[in-house]
Amino acid sequence: MTATEGKTKKFQTPRSFTDKKLSLQKLELKANDIRQDIIKSLEAAGSGHSAGPLGLADIFTALYFDILKHDPKHPDWDDRDILLLSNGHCVPVQYTAMAHAGYLPKKELLTLRSYKSRLQGHPERHALPGLENTSGPLGSGLSQGAGMALTMRMNKQSHRWVYVVMGDGELNEGNIWEAAMFANKYKLHNLIGIVDRNNIQIDGTTEHVMPLEDLRAKWESFGWHVVDVDGNNIEAVIDACSMARAIVEKPTVLIAHTIPGKGVDYMEFDHHWHGMPVGIADVAGAPPKNQQAREALHDLRSLRGKITGDHE
Amino acid sequence: MSNLHLLDTKDWGLEPIRKGFGRGLADAGAKNEQIVALCADLTSSTQISLFAEQFPERFVEVGIAEQNLVTVASGMAAMGKIPFTASYAAFSPGRNWEQIKTTVALNNQNVKIIGAHAGLYTGPDGATHQMLEDVAIMRVMPNMVVIVPGDSLEAYKATLAIANDPRPTYLRLARDKSPIMTTDQTPFEIGKAYIYTPGHDLTIIANGTVTSLAVQAAESLFKDAIDAEVIHSPTVKPLDEETIYKSVKKTRAVVVVEEAQRAGGLGGAVSEFLSENLPVPVVRVGVRDQYGQSGTPEQLIHHYGLSKHHIMMAAHHAVDMKK
Repeated sequence: MTATEGKTKKFQTPRSFTDKKLSLQKLELKANDIRQDIIKSLEAAGSGHSAGPLGLADIFTALYFDILKHDPKHPDWDDRDILLLSNGHCVPVQYTAMAHAGYLPKKELLTLRSYKSRLQGHPERHALPGLENTSGPLGSGLSQGAGMALTMRMNKQSHRWVYVVMGDGELNEGNIWEAAMFANKYKLHNLIGIVDRNNIQIDGTTEHVMPLEDLRAKWESFGWHVVDVDGNNIEAVIDACSMARAIVEKPTVLIAHTIPGKGVDYMEFDHHWHGMPVGIADVAGAPPKNQQAREALHDLRSLRGKITGDHE
Repeated sequence: MSNLHLLDTKDWGLEPIRKGFGRGLADAGAKNEQIVALCADLTSSTQISLFAEQFPERFVEVGIAEQNLVTVASGMAAMGKIPFTASYAAFSPGRNWEQIKTTVALNNQNVKIIGAHAGLYTGPDGATHQMLEDVAIMRVMPNMVVIVPGDSLEAYKATLAIANDPRPTYLRLARDKSPIMTTDQTPFEIGKAYIYTPGHDLTIIANGTVTSLAVQAAESLFKDAIDAEVIHSPTVKPLDEETIYKSVKKTRAVVVVEEAQRAGGLGGAVSEFLSENLPVPVVRVGVRDQYGQSGTPEQLIHHYGLSKHHIMMAAHHAVDMKK
């Protein structure tokens, strides 16, 4: 919080902010780097969630390197967009994307989940500049985002947006639907939800644990504009957010279809990797534990070699 | 004590404590335009209606959704607003404790949690609505200030005080009318306890509606040759340890009176402080691990053992233990 926040004022750009965009190829390479660093930090931590952060790497690359108006050198910039991670257990992807964006040194990623680290197991606002909320217990982020979006409207800040990333399993929480009703009531078009639709949660698939479908119809019936998007396609995510910002009469939610564990062959689609890092246990279908990190990085480096500028 | 400008018991008026909150929030809102009010479909009974009528553009109706109530407020506080959230204590913090912990207290956002209709004074609504555990569950939350005003005038002053304080705060209010013991000149500060009746033999520490019963009990105890000092401690956290220590150093025996569960509330706070610093007998008057029921406040105060008579019995017990 800064003293000037909460007052209407002219849009001011800090000196270090740049809206120069990366090419799609560079964004894809960035996402690949972020995935490798996620594996390394989880291996160092010896605990933590793998599947969600890997699946979200493309979305977080798109957010921090294209979509968000933000400035790592001025995390409290009054005119910044706000990103809330509601499913706090996926925070390794946020820490890693933030490190690549310049909020913290990349070597600090190896302190994840350790004593006195700024990178707490679940994100704490006071621990690290640039984090906008404290989360972990599920279901609260969309409400906080709604409160922020409503305040931006009260303060006549029409140039700011609030993005809230949620898990799909998290949608079991009633608090989410309280927020969904609220955002519709106040027509919070400056609130953009992004549901990580990876179909897994701790106890199994989402449709087994507590069916979410017809998920699109649920959000639509709550008064939201819904965009289905390939959450592992950076260009598609960027386009969907551009569209969401153009919807002015209601809030928008992206149902971002992602592959859990994306980029690591033995993790993809396997819910056993929801809450587990590499290197702590032997798992059916995966390499022995002492080779998991090496093989994951090998997979990612192979993928990296295939990223070309052809499709630009 | 004369410098507190208290009324004599014969001059006490009667008003629900929540009325003072309603007037206080409206006045605080007039002074500070960053104050916003949120309510969960209980606008009139929580008295947040006074603010809503004067400042409709700063009033947010969230519907019957207490989890959303405090989490939306957390987001507004993050953006520089000072949100006051109101519901019944049974629902907020009764239902949304985790959201308060994670998004308000741990997140250290300046959100005010107003728990109306707390305690036995909720009367005929019965056990589900008579929140008796709120003081205990809010007191154990790091970063949270907890205030239980003794009458409507103090609730007014407490509301203005917390509006000017950056800390997350729980303010507990009662529904039915209770005695007005103070005047406009009576001081209120967050974290301060006040000696309502000076004495030497025993310290009675109370807050909320039952401070009035403690004062009346002290008057009657004087006839029993017990010279009791009554301390009104509206702030449960941070506790005014200095005032309590000075009094108990002199009296060496304590009775705590509160309209809540005996476990964990003001009695818990006082017992914890004294056991580590000045171990003396502490007798707690409150609800004994039971739920409430329908009835008038008077009937329930008697049934659950919080009446003037019960306070006097507790006083004798505490003084006897000194010997």
